[in-house]
Amino acid sequence: MSFVLVQVIVGGLLLGAVYALFSSGLTLVWGMMNIVNFAHGDFVMLGMYVAYVVYTLMGGGPILGAPLATLVLATVGVVVYFALIRDIMKGPMLAQILGTFGLALLLRYSVFWWFGANFLSMPQNIVGGTYAFAGLRIEASRLLAGVVALLVTLGLHLLLTRTSLGSKMLAVAEDQTAAQLMGIRPDTMQAIAWAIAAGATGLAGALIANFFYIVPTVGETLGIVAFVTVSLGGFGSVPGALVAGLLIGVIESLSGYLIGAIYKDIVVYVLFLLFLWFRPQGLMGKM
Amino acid sequence: MTLKHVTGLLCAAAMSLVLAAGARAEDKVVKIGVILPMSGGTASIGAHAKAALEVAMDIINNAHPELGNLPLAKNAGLAGLGGAKIEAVFADNQGNPATGQNQALRLITEDKVAAVFGSYQSGVTLTSSAIAEKYGIPFLNSESVAANLTERGFKWFFRTTPIATDFAKIYVDFLADMKATGAKTDAIALVHDNTEYGTSVANTISTAFKEKGQPVALDVAYAVNATDVQGQVLQLKDRKPDVIIMISYTSDAILFAKTMQSLDYKPAILLADDAGYSDPSFIKAVGKISQGVFNRSSWVVGPPGSASAVIADMYKKKSGEEMDDTVARQMQGFFVLADAIDRAGATDPAKVQAALKATELKADQLMIGYRGVKFDDKGQNILASGAIIQLQDGENYVSVWPKANAEKPPVLPYKGW
Repeated sequence: MSFVLVQVIVGGLLLGAVYALFSSGLTLVWGMMNIVNFAHGDFVMLGMYVAYVVYTLMGGGPILGAPLATLVLATVGVVVYFALIRDIMKGPMLAQILGTFGLALLLRYSVFWWFGANFLSMPQNIVGGTYAFAGLRIEASRLLAGVVALLVTLGLHLLLTRTSLGSKMLAVAEDQTAAQLMGIRPDTMQAIAWAIAAGATGLAGALIANFFYIVPTVGETLGIVAFVTVSLGGFGSVPGALVAGLLIGVIESLSGYLIGAIYKDIVVYVLFLLFLWFRPQGLMGKM
Repeated sequence: MTLKHVTGLLCAAAMSLVLAAGARAEDKVVKIGVILPMSGGTASIGAHAKAALEVAMDIINNAHPELGNLPLAKNAGLAGLGGAKIEAVFADNQGNPATGQNQALRLITEDKVAAVFGSYQSGVTLTSSAIAEKYGIPFLNSESVAANLTERGFKWFFRTTPIATDFAKIYVDFLADMKATGAKTDAIALVHDNTEYGTSVANTISTAFKEKGQPVALDVAYAVNATDVQGQVLQLKDRKPDVIIMISYTSDAILFAKTMQSLDYKPAILLADDAGYSDPSFIKAVGKISQGVFNRSSWVVGPPGSASAVIADMYKKKSGEEMDDTVARQMQGFFVLADAIDRAGATDPAKVQAALKATELKADQLMIGYRGVKFDDKGQNILASGAIIQLQDGENYVSVWPKANAEKPPVLPYKGW
């Protein structure tokens, strides 16, 4: 195996970890509330802009930008839940789809209006350049995003499976009325779920901003990947999103390098459809 | 959705109608439909173009005697139509050929525009100009370079920009010159997206090099708006071409620059085919890690006080950006269209078409570095020309080739960061 191939795989794994990172928020909302959040990509975008504003106004790197983006987006999540989601959840499926889609456009074009359409970028060395060892090159910013992706996934998984808050959230997801009879407030639990999901998404955006360009329409580019990752991983399964993200990252990189970049999406989506054909619930989802 | 929500939406809709009606209460205007990417991955281009066209309209609609020979600048409005003002009706193509086509239809049938101007992406120009052709409305394109656009036998399509074949020739000559000075230019790689622009320009360039007996060594195609280009950069790193020619829009251009740095890969010569590399936001985002990239351009700022310098200032005041080649070509195209309507003395499509055909502008009547504007039977400007510029300091492009009007000599090899 050539050295370049190792670099391709390592690059794919790091890319995949990032995919997993910005998909975990989506899988939480999707799995718990059966809501397809089309504004998810634009939450990532907002996280990127928060990080950018933190950098330009205060000169702060991800140490300041990432927690702030998490906080801001968690707030956005709660606001969105009470202002929009709570109402449209009572409506038909189509209303939910169009509602979050409208939210996506609102967010995108608000940022357009405020920041303009220009491409922005964080300085290259804000997270410490690139590590080179044994001929391999790993960008510190991607490594940071990858490590945080693992931690966030683990954290969310533990939260859902090992804490009483997690059990309450799952109870609401399972049966709202029964949960209510047990003294759990579905509204509160779902608001918390939105806060966590949007917060994780904001965190992802802030970390991605360190190595990707920042533009109001970036959510379009990233959003689709999140949907594919979540459905491959299994709706509602946080570890599933991680495995799926890593898989997609490596397949994309390998097919991009070996077969040609123009075909890499075809390879990814053919495998994706084949897989869902045999296992529609995804890698780790429940039927 | 509750009643409250519905009422809110209705109020918003009513307000926007009132606003739109207010903007229209002007008589004696000539409406020109302008199709641009105002959203989507190339929205920054659309925003810059809009600012540029607003400057152009200021120049046409108000008296600007300081601009010398530039047609329409001296007096206010179009003299040929009793001082009528030009009004652009902007439409968003979303970077999508189907949307561009719908917008052309809407502009022609509902806004009753006298002519259509646009549409940036070659793929969108292809579809939107077909509608103008069908309705017999003049369509002026100032920036799409896919060669086939003027090979369709259209009667209403006019293009002022130099096209892919012109640039391919410039690249061949430029690289031959670089080779003469000792640079290695044998293995050439093309990196391009899969849009009409990317594929057709790549084809034209590879044909031009083949005719010179130097076939392109490596062709790297990728899907536009990529999320990741590590595979492509590693492919290049593996094959080590001497020259890379990049044919990419802004988003992908930025991603390539970042990825090339993180994977520590530099070719000896990096030559970009305009597009993303001329976008000021590309320079702001990754100019410092793309030092020494070559690019093509028809825009060169003249000395202070010259028409081009005055216009560059006006544009900077309006948009906050430095003038770049793309917006300069767009402004120039808009002037050519307005000049034709002025000479036609009417907005009757056939008269404007005849006036466009009769266009004969000299180099000193232009704001850009073409040798002039004169259309052939296919509607292509045969006097369009371009030069090679280089981003030597990572902040501003300087002209480096041909030698006759170069500000500085070209610097090799590609420095990067």
